[in-house]
Amino acid sequence: MQSKFWGYRRENNRVGVRNHVLVLPVDDLSNAAAEAVAHNVKGALAIPHPYGRLQFGADLELHFRTLIGAGSNPNVAAVVVIGIEEGWTKRAVDGIAATGKPVKGFGIELHGDHDTIMRASKAARELLQWASEKQRVECDLKELWVSCKCGESDTTSGCGSNPTVGNAFDKLYAAGSTLVFGETTELTGGEDIVAARCRDERVRADFRRVFDRYQEVINRHKTTDLSDSQPTKGNIAGGLTTIEEKALGNIQKIGKRCTVDGVLDKAEAPTHPGLWFMDSSSAAAEMVTLCAAAGFVVHFFPTGQGNVIGNPILPVIKICANPRTVRTMSEHIDVDTSGLLQRDLTMDQAGDKLLDMMFRTVNGRLTAAEALGHREFVLTRLYESA
Amino acid sequence: MSGAVIHCVLHDPKDSVGVVVVEGVKAGQTLTGLILDEDRTLTLSCTEDIPLGHKVALRDMAAGDTVIKYGVDIGKVVAPIKAGQHAHVHNIKTKRW
Repeated sequence: MQSKFWGYRRENNRVGVRNHVLVLPVDDLSNAAAEAVAHNVKGALAIPHPYGRLQFGADLELHFRTLIGAGSNPNVAAVVVIGIEEGWTKRAVDGIAATGKPVKGFGIELHGDHDTIMRASKAARELLQWASEKQRVECDLKELWVSCKCGESDTTSGCGSNPTVGNAFDKLYAAGSTLVFGETTELTGGEDIVAARCRDERVRADFRRVFDRYQEVINRHKTTDLSDSQPTKGNIAGGLTTIEEKALGNIQKIGKRCTVDGVLDKAEAPTHPGLWFMDSSSAAAEMVTLCAAAGFVVHFFPTGQGNVIGNPILPVIKICANPRTVRTMSEHIDVDTSGLLQRDLTMDQAGDKLLDMMFRTVNGRLTAAEALGHREFVLTRLYESA
Repeated sequence: MSGAVIHCVLHDPKDSVGVVVVEGVKAGQTLTGLILDEDRTLTLSCTEDIPLGHKVALRDMAAGDTVIKYGVDIGKVVAPIKAGQHAHVHNIKTKRW
């Protein structure tokens, strides 16, 4: 396997594979101004979202950790932050500025949308032109952070696309990359297998704690056996019957050799290379957004029935082994591993096929989701507003 | 490597269900199954139409039996299943939640 790729080295020495200038709203009220700025400045990328008002406690901390993490991601060259007022706007600006990258903040109150949009557009235009002169440099595979999460899984996910990710993860782990998986509820039925893969008792205890906590949330709120939600209707249409079956397919993504080296809270950045478990939602756009906020720069997304998700910050590489999905939704699939199910492809070859597409993607090739404009930026909420 | 069409795959030789991996499997058809972990094949008769991605029972199972896939427990049988029949939400349920 090659050990080098071409990336953007940022001020804090992290390496990105895209060169975005983000227009980041702090709150729902600032989406219109953020989108107007991105309309005015071609190439600037607004990431609207529905939250940011009256949140408190751990939910507010997660909101800022996600926004600041998104802005701090090394795929982002520079950021324009817009909020309804100055205080929380400054909190986001200061958080992102800690990376050393250029950030400009604008509060709407006392100015109105027109004046804010004008001033923010000028800043975005300057930052975009500044970023456009950034050059890719040769980087080591050890510097690459790769996340995974599957979606619209079916039974072919467990036989084909998920173990393809597992094979690639085993190889990246050996190369010293930083890796993450998550989807806490979707380990239900496979949690003992994951626990057995934890590096030591401390990591195992951390994993058990977050797994049990999430089970308690399900048990507290459930009104049925969740057979209308987990597995999803799409999963069931694709042949998955129980959460246990779905989970056992899911955990094929962590390969056969790598160990789980640590447990992360939502949107929390890892502190060393290895494979991390992030306590996270199993909903695709939430989980991928949390990976972007934690600093991961490229994402492996295996699908069975054909989830179409993308992310504004992370290139999302779709892998599929379902021959019908590959045929009917080809514009969404980056890596076809359906040959695995007919012995036309070995698992080792499938993993290499994914890694080849990963290198092409991190070197600049647009993923299917990028080309199609999929930019799902979805914040995780923990509870009701104050 | 490629030979006869693989109609269904098993993860583990202990599995009690296999996954249909081609479209158009019909009742009465003889299926070639691939055991992924061992790269060897077996044949079985299918007694119902089974869509791509759905499971075929590899042996008779009674209500209350545990269904095995990936060599481990994926849920319980809630209505009797005969070998060759379609195994899904109408006859298998989760043991969790």
